[in-house]
Amino acid sequence: MELSRRTFLKGAVVGGAGFSLLGFDLTPAQAQLKELKIARATETRSTCPYCAVSCGVLIYTIGDKAKNVTPQVIHVEGDPDHPINRGTLCPKGASLEQDILNERRLLKPQVRRPGATDWQDISWDQAIDEIGHWIKKTRDNTFIEKDSQGRTVNRCESLAWIGGCTDTNEFNYLVVKTMRSMGLTYVENQARV
Amino acid sequence: MTNGWIDIRNTDMMLIMGGNPAENHPCGFKWAIEAKRNRNAKLISVDPRFTRTSATADLFCQIRAGSDIAFLGGIINYAIQNNRIAHDYLVNYTNAAFIVKEGFKLPEDGLYSGFDPQTQTYDRSTWNYEEGNDSGAVVAGHAAPPPATSLPPGAPKPLPPLPGKVGYDLTLQHPRCVFQLLKQQYSRYTPEVVERITGIPKDQFLKAADMFTSVRKDGDMKKVATVIYAVGWTQHSYGTQIIRTAAILQLVMGNVGRAGGGVNALRGHSNIQGATDMGGVFDIWPGYLKVPNPTDSDLATYLKRITPTASKPGPWDSFNYWSNTPKFVVSQLKSFFGDAATKENDFCFNWMPKVDRNYSWAQIWDNMYRGSVKGLLAFGMNGVCIGPDSQKNIEALKKADFLVVGEIYPDETSEFWRSPGITADEMKNIKTTVYRLACAGFAEKDGSMTNSARWLQWKYAAVPTPGECRLDQDIVAQIFLKVRELYQKEGGKFPDPIVKLTWAYSDAKRPPLAELLKELNGKALADLTDPKTQVTIKKGQQLPGFAWLKDDGTTACGNWIYSGCWTEAGNQTARRETGDPSNLGVYQNWAWSWPANRRVLYNRASCDPSGKPWDPSRKQVWWNEGAQTWAGVDVPDFKPDSDPKDHMGPFIMNPEGVGRIFGPLAAFADGPFPEHYEPIESLVVNALHPNQSNNPVVKKFKTDADKYAGPNDGYNVICTTYRLTEHYHYWTKNNPMNVQLIPEPFIEVPVELAQELGIKGNDKIKVTSIRSYYIAKAFVTKRIKPMMVDGKKVYQIGIPIHQGYRGIQEDAGRDARTILNRLTPTIVDPNAYTPEFKGFLVKVEKV
Amino acid sequence: MARSWQLKAGFMSEATLAIKKISGHPGPAPGANVERDYQVAKLIDTTTCIGCKACEVACLEWNGYTFTETFFDNSYQTMPATTWNYWNLIKFNEHEREDGTLQLLMRKDQCMHCADPGCLAACPADGAIVQYTNGIVDFQQQNCIGCGYCVSGCPFDIPKFDPTTKKMFKCTLCVDRVSVGLEPACIKSCPTGCLHFGSKEDMSYLAESRAKQLRENFGFEKAGVYDPSGVGGTGVIYVLHDVTNPEAYGGLPKDPHIPWVVRFWKGPAKWIGNLAMLFGVIGVTIHYFRYGPKEIHPRHDNGGKL
Repeated sequence: MELSRRTFLKGAVVGGAGFSLLGFDLTPAQAQLKELKIARATETRSTCPYCAVSCGVLIYTIGDKAKNVTPQVIHVEGDPDHPINRGTLCPKGASLEQDILNERRLLKPQVRRPGATDWQDISWDQAIDEIGHWIKKTRDNTFIEKDSQGRTVNRCESLAWIGGCTDTNEFNYLVVKTMRSMGLTYVENQARV
Repeated sequence: MTNGWIDIRNTDMMLIMGGNPAENHPCGFKWAIEAKRNRNAKLISVDPRFTRTSATADLFCQIRAGSDIAFLGGIINYAIQNNRIAHDYLVNYTNAAFIVKEGFKLPEDGLYSGFDPQTQTYDRSTWNYEEGNDSGAVVAGHAAPPPATSLPPGAPKPLPPLPGKVGYDLTLQHPRCVFQLLKQQYSRYTPEVVERITGIPKDQFLKAADMFTSVRKDGDMKKVATVIYAVGWTQHSYGTQIIRTAAILQLVMGNVGRAGGGVNALRGHSNIQGATDMGGVFDIWPGYLKVPNPTDSDLATYLKRITPTASKPGPWDSFNYWSNTPKFVVSQLKSFFGDAATKENDFCFNWMPKVDRNYSWAQIWDNMYRGSVKGLLAFGMNGVCIGPDSQKNIEALKKADFLVVGEIYPDETSEFWRSPGITADEMKNIKTTVYRLACAGFAEKDGSMTNSARWLQWKYAAVPTPGECRLDQDIVAQIFLKVRELYQKEGGKFPDPIVKLTWAYSDAKRPPLAELLKELNGKALADLTDPKTQVTIKKGQQLPGFAWLKDDGTTACGNWIYSGCWTEAGNQTARRETGDPSNLGVYQNWAWSWPANRRVLYNRASCDPSGKPWDPSRKQVWWNEGAQTWAGVDVPDFKPDSDPKDHMGPFIMNPEGVGRIFGPLAAFADGPFPEHYEPIESLVVNALHPNQSNNPVVKKFKTDADKYAGPNDGYNVICTTYRLTEHYHYWTKNNPMNVQLIPEPFIEVPVELAQELGIKGNDKIKVTSIRSYYIAKAFVTKRIKPMMVDGKKVYQIGIPIHQGYRGIQEDAGRDARTILNRLTPTIVDPNAYTPEFKGFLVKVEKV
Repeated sequence: MARSWQLKAGFMSEATLAIKKISGHPGPAPGANVERDYQVAKLIDTTTCIGCKACEVACLEWNGYTFTETFFDNSYQTMPATTWNYWNLIKFNEHEREDGTLQLLMRKDQCMHCADPGCLAACPADGAIVQYTNGIVDFQQQNCIGCGYCVSGCPFDIPKFDPTTKKMFKCTLCVDRVSVGLEPACIKSCPTGCLHFGSKEDMSYLAESRAKQLRENFGFEKAGVYDPSGVGGTGVIYVLHDVTNPEAYGGLPKDPHIPWVVRFWKGPAKWIGNLAMLFGVIGVTIHYFRYGPKEIHPRHDNGGKL
């Protein structure tokens, strides 16, 4: 049976005026509802990136992960299976959809040259090449193999890494591995502050 | 956290202080509410402001920012005076009975024994235990000599080791036993003194002390109390010692290791637990291995220095788990350098940088300001906003050669060169090259994060990166490979560690995180057989856990505490079994918890010395006499076959095997017991010792940017900083939904102060510290009251941290585009090097 | 981007739900009280509310509303009152008790889904406001004439006018979710569990037992349940620390009633409606005997598009 709002009204008027009073029509009047917007969406399990409670979140995307679809986020909700948050979220977790679909996102690499008053675009290859040269030049110019007392220290004190709070364990490990291999002593993180 | 989020529901009593979980960890706070609903648990909230946590509390005490040690010390004193202590726990599971060296002095005058005012450091050799015989008697004149090494001139004298057998007195009567010293130390923290220092009226303090210690009324051991804190404790120039005071209180009351107990750091960000575990800070390697210093001329010297030996009463046993340190270190070096690391070359130990000074957060900015730090890579870390002293950080960046920022939104750090007040002409003189790389958001990345309950949880990528954004790990890999390529082509300074770093990823430029997690877990590099069980692990297989690690180069493991997270059975961090048969909230098969999937640390202490749970209704682990083994609903944090008769201590990571009420030797820079000191900027002198107001070992920074206000400089209001539940650090100012909830910056001002200054709600006001100023609207509130501190009327104000000069409202020109941390001083805690963001001085005026 | 897609999907719905009360309609709803359904209810325990506003965000996210400009007004409260596209608002009040202690009272304000809805009683537009058999009171914007009479019928100041579409809007109790067996978005999000959802019977029981616990174990002697009888009870019930002073919770009315003008207006209207119905029945009966049963020809309609 197809019920539109118009047929609903007709049904209500006709039914109301006639059959129900006589006890013939037991079909209840119906009102139309909005379709459940996540009914056929794909569900991906993730972890909220904000505080250290680490709530489980479900990210709903359109498309069924078929090859020809670029998934688009349509909703984010708490993961009811997650033992800590049990589906709940705070106002930050509840607004994650707009963190993912945010028009303020940076979308390309940029550089600000010495003395410049604005950004300019740069290709990834160029940016990585330049950064590599900066690191090598700075390290080579300042590397300390032995300290003033002649003890081996093999360190580079002129470069610093500061890492963020939402980096994964694996990323943190990659950072420690690469930065320490270059001799960095200034390896710090949000964990300190 | 020693315990976990869900475990809070098992508690009978909560002290929430130095943290505001209702606002900053709402979904974790549900378990506090559950404890109230289901167990009638009580909640005490102690905070400079009446927060949304306080709104659900049974008792609220408004404390002066920075006086936490006085409050907690007062409760320790109350517990001892009223005999609300866990006697058996204290004697058997802590160092209360240990006898401290003659010559150790308590800080009646603000200084412990051994202080050198010239260097502002302590000679800590008296902060040690006496050596004893098997019956505990002190063996006179038998102090072990300090290790013999050739000392360079001016270098600090190396400390003597802890004695292998300590002197002890199980009756706790010896005048120099830890318990008597503790009692003496906090006997000065009377309710009257607590009131003078904290501003909390005596009767209210006594109410709080009575309520919290009521769980040990009449010697009952069944009930449990928990202490919950966050950066309200860490961000002081004595932050570590505040947490120490709480830990001591919890040990004295027998609350550590038990369901519903513990000392629980909430941790403010999704993966700073993991970042710390991973050695993301300068002073440790992954797995909390201490970084080498220049005296570690070779691997053996290093391992000897950092591997502790057991120190305990003769008849007792101590597992001293850190005695396995060499296995952890060698396996890590094998993971870093692979085949290049051999026994013959000390597993490339000398390739790792050695440090002998502080390279922490504040030092980065200080040394950049001084010109020695030339390049900074900042990924997801907005250093200008985070501060302290944002203006100093901006000035520092102007002096750097280059800055690489990896971000998902335009941030203050990448745009320091056009921060408010800098003209186009001035920009021309800023020579820093800035690269801003578009990174990936959380939904675009897989990988694991570790929450504050130490759970590693795997997540999956839901969407591809937008535009030209790249995954963070790809960017770092590509930068590293570029540097490596340059060293391979051109040579340069000490290229070996760069060129020979292991890089066996299936896609070198895009290392899959799953492969990195496997590397962290570790694998066998040769066939291994356990001599006891004859179980064999083949070369190349993933290790089942850290018990398999070897110090001979036959195992590789990136981080020993994570070993067990990705075994031959697959990715343990992706497990999703929701069963909780014990109903204690253990969830043993959901994700994976370090170490060894243990959910509550030190859980041996949940049992009495004979191995029976203190509370039979909350059974976590127990000694199974028949099977001669420890069993439980959680993984026992203990040697599995250690018979209670052997009296092995439950705190297996300490060489003593017991909890440290007294922190010996090098454990802390500023004293074996916590002592109340004033914040660096304070309106009052220290009521305990006016001549030593501040923490004596805290050093001020000395550039022209570093200024500190004295009590008579006209800065007459105490200021504290915090986050709001509606926002997350400097991130959600880009999210329209969060901006809608709290659209503008504000300053919380007590009604009485507002009246004095003629300020009404929504008026624009200016807050000035000796460093800079901050402008926002006034939030005139009853939730902060004026207080009487040492006979002086004192006002406190509070400012949320969330705004800056890039964000939705900022870009729309709706606020003053100032950063709160322009106000805060560069001064750090001497143990954890965390800056003192809380409790500095300002003045307030109407704009 | 995604949002336009959602909206389109929203209007292609075929989902429906049975109703028991219809606004502006002569006679009772057809089939009312025929199908067995349980009354759903929200329980809001203000004593465990932490004012985090997760419910506010969850409501906006689920219903697809986005950014509106707000202004700081000496409070944590997002805005002074709910609006046509902001249905769920935590009201904050710094309340000093007689003993001098401070309370920060936080109460989620939204449609109360009254058993006897004043909005529905006041509404003259046939089918603009319905009450489903599970008790949810819902606005059907397609039938709304934007007259605003519902405002005068509501003792809680809930229905709000959207000047662009000239329609009234309010909380739907996430009827699209509830109808497929999900809980409302606000309920799901609530971190502390201060929001709870289930049958009215269960929620009443939970609320009473919580109030008892507050009285007996936490010293709130006046703790009680707010489920006002003046509107026939509500589909949203509160646990309050002090049930004798609901006004302190951001103006919760002590004894809400449907205004007497609405009652008066509703009385005669109903009587006239009944008369009209009687004529209707007579007419239909005559029609039936003269022409036989009516045959409904399917697909003469425009396919349900409005």
